[in-house]
Amino acid sequence: MNFDFSDDQKQLRDQARKFLAEKCSPKAVRVVLDGKAPYDKELWKGLAEMGFLGVAFPEEFGGAGAGHLELCVIAEEMGRANAPVPFSSTVYLAAEALLIAGTDAQKKKWLPAIASGEAIGTLALFEGKGNPSPKNVKLTAANGVLNGVKKPVADGAIADFAVVAARTGSSGRDSDISLFLVDLKAGRAEVKSLTNLDPTRGQAEITFKDCKAEPLGAAGDGWSILTQVLDRAAVLCAFEQVGGSDRALEMGRDYALDRIAFGRQIGSFQAVKHMLADMYVSATLARSNSYYGAWALSTNAAELPEAAAAARISATQAFQHCAKNNIQVHGGMGFTWEFDCHMYYRRANAMALGLGSLTYWEDQLIDRMRKKNAA
Amino acid sequence: MNFDDTPQEAEFRATARAWIDANAPKQYEDELRKSSLGRTVLKNADILEVAKAWQKKKADAGWACLHWPKEYGGRGSSPIERVIWQQEEGPFGQLSRMFIIGHGMCGPTMMAFAREEHKRTYLPPLASGEKVWCQLFSEPAGGSDVAGLRTRAEKDGDDWVINGQKIWTSGAHYSDYGILLTRTDPTVPKHKGLTMFFLDMKSPGVEVRPIKQASGASDFNEVYFTNVRIPDHQRLGEVGDGWNVSLTTLMNERSAIGAAVSTGFPELFEYCSSLVLDDGPAIEDPAVRSKLANWAVKASGLKYTSMRAISALSKGERPGPENSIGKLVAGSMIQDVATYALDLQGASGVISGEDAELAGRFQAMLLRAPGTRVEGGTDEIMRNIIAERVLGLPGDIRVDKDVPFNKIPTKGRG
Repeated sequence: MNFDFSDDQKQLRDQARKFLAEKCSPKAVRVVLDGKAPYDKELWKGLAEMGFLGVAFPEEFGGAGAGHLELCVIAEEMGRANAPVPFSSTVYLAAEALLIAGTDAQKKKWLPAIASGEAIGTLALFEGKGNPSPKNVKLTAANGVLNGVKKPVADGAIADFAVVAARTGSSGRDSDISLFLVDLKAGRAEVKSLTNLDPTRGQAEITFKDCKAEPLGAAGDGWSILTQVLDRAAVLCAFEQVGGSDRALEMGRDYALDRIAFGRQIGSFQAVKHMLADMYVSATLARSNSYYGAWALSTNAAELPEAAAAARISATQAFQHCAKNNIQVHGGMGFTWEFDCHMYYRRANAMALGLGSLTYWEDQLIDRMRKKNAA
Repeated sequence: MNFDDTPQEAEFRATARAWIDANAPKQYEDELRKSSLGRTVLKNADILEVAKAWQKKKADAGWACLHWPKEYGGRGSSPIERVIWQQEEGPFGQLSRMFIIGHGMCGPTMMAFAREEHKRTYLPPLASGEKVWCQLFSEPAGGSDVAGLRTRAEKDGDDWVINGQKIWTSGAHYSDYGILLTRTDPTVPKHKGLTMFFLDMKSPGVEVRPIKQASGASDFNEVYFTNVRIPDHQRLGEVGDGWNVSLTTLMNERSAIGAAVSTGFPELFEYCSSLVLDDGPAIEDPAVRSKLANWAVKASGLKYTSMRAISALSKGERPGPENSIGKLVAGSMIQDVATYALDLQGASGVISGEDAELAGRFQAMLLRAPGTRVEGGTDEIMRNIIAERVLGLPGDIRVDKDVPFNKIPTKGRG
């Protein structure tokens, strides 16, 4: 047993941290935050050059042929830097769906393009309110033609292609759902940007009107593929959330050391110290749950569904907890646009919803624990 | 990152499992499995006797205090082998709670500071459970301010003469030895005038009075010292260096207690899996599921945090203050879990003891839980440790820091 990343993986983490510290300063993030660009194109290109986008892809598809543990350590740094790029939508969702269910031709078409930074992908699953569920998929597919509306779609406005969940049956079972690949630049998909909690990662509404699509995976397998994609993304997002939690904690700690009030560093007041200690505790629990998720993901263990749900819940709670209390430690300054605290607060709360809400994952976790106990 | 056993670990596990299977006191397995914080009791047997017998059997076969060196009664095992043993020992591990103070705190302190001949004399019977040890630190006026203690040790020839009182001493009523923190110089600031000893609890002048706790049980004691003589060779560390010696003990205490504190979650999950509420099975109620999920990730987070610590240990890193997390999180969690379990029982939750649901398991947990949040350092002290030693925040302002101990104003000082 060894419950830690290897020295090589830690080195990769350091490399990613250094790269992002240089190329993804808060100032750079603000260009996107202030609406001056839809995402940081330079950074995206740089990530491709570093080999980070395709780190977990097999070499034959333009990747580095490393594994998901390597992707996890990079994800942590993406979260720490609050990177304003479509990393999670492209790499955790679209690419994972292709890796799980794509044909050789589909993988050859899209994965090398993702790895080189030429293609941005996304998953079009949600249709308004509600959590991931076959019954919430109303968009239809018939004879390879899609009709319906998806929203919110993460990074939908800048994506080149989407993996779309569509209804192909009416039996009331999971097998009513199938997945499709849509080239968004090939027309018949109308894309509209939506304002959202976290402008550093866009959201869109996509209307598919008689839109041609090719199947991804076998007909009727859509829901089982989606479940796997969401579980994998839950672990990867958890690492982003852990990175974000740690950064928010650091910001709070540094401010508490720096700021003097009532003649003392505010970090010497127990009320402030204890708030920061609690942030550390939640970030640590999230990190440990995420490590377990990383192990399950990298070995494709039978424990993955339960581990993914636990990592998701723990990391979501930790990031929200750390981001909100970071603002609290900063006092009034933390609530200004000028300070960076709100960027993490926005990201934390947007990420809490991206793969389905906390309530949804709590429900999933208990279901999965029951199944394990029954087995 | 790997959760699977290496071939050597698998072999160790198989050997341990076979031995436990052949030797464990199986007649108590069911009762031990159902016990949880607040009620490790056996109906028809004295738990101390059962625990001692199991510990002795383990020691004779080389399975006691696995990580201790062999010459002191251990096995010289790796941290991971220790974990494997705990996993395999399962409910029988409950019995070692009787020795947690001795094995977790007194033993490591003796190992670090006692003379070699004392280590060889005292440690093996401690490992084998033949002799039970306690830790005499807290005092009525002290509490979290451990260094504010007043029990005096005065040199008289080759002996030290002890006068004073300790409190909250777990297991003193059945202990054979104790480690004792005393004040040897009241004219210097409080942290500088302390000295540590170990002593025979049967020494003349030692009087143990059990304290009845809020839970109704008596796990703790007051201990009075009247002209108790301790030979100088039983001193641990230098005169005046007792605070540093005690930090070793306290650091070990937090990891020992932190690793051992149960969260109550497995019990609650099992309970909710079978409980039927007015509107159907509890486990299908969204509110119940949400609560369970929140505690599930805390429990798993603690489990994997301790595995990370063990991985670090096995690479030769020392346990750090981050181990304070275990007790901090589990302590308040078990209190909340017990409260919620009773809430699910509705009006009948008020009934405790044998007449209650599950023979009062959660009621006992509820009544014992407040102690967990205090013993071995309060939640507030744990947060201070994390804030100061992990996050590097300033220490609390201590107005008594540079003041000679005997000049510090203290209400009620005798």
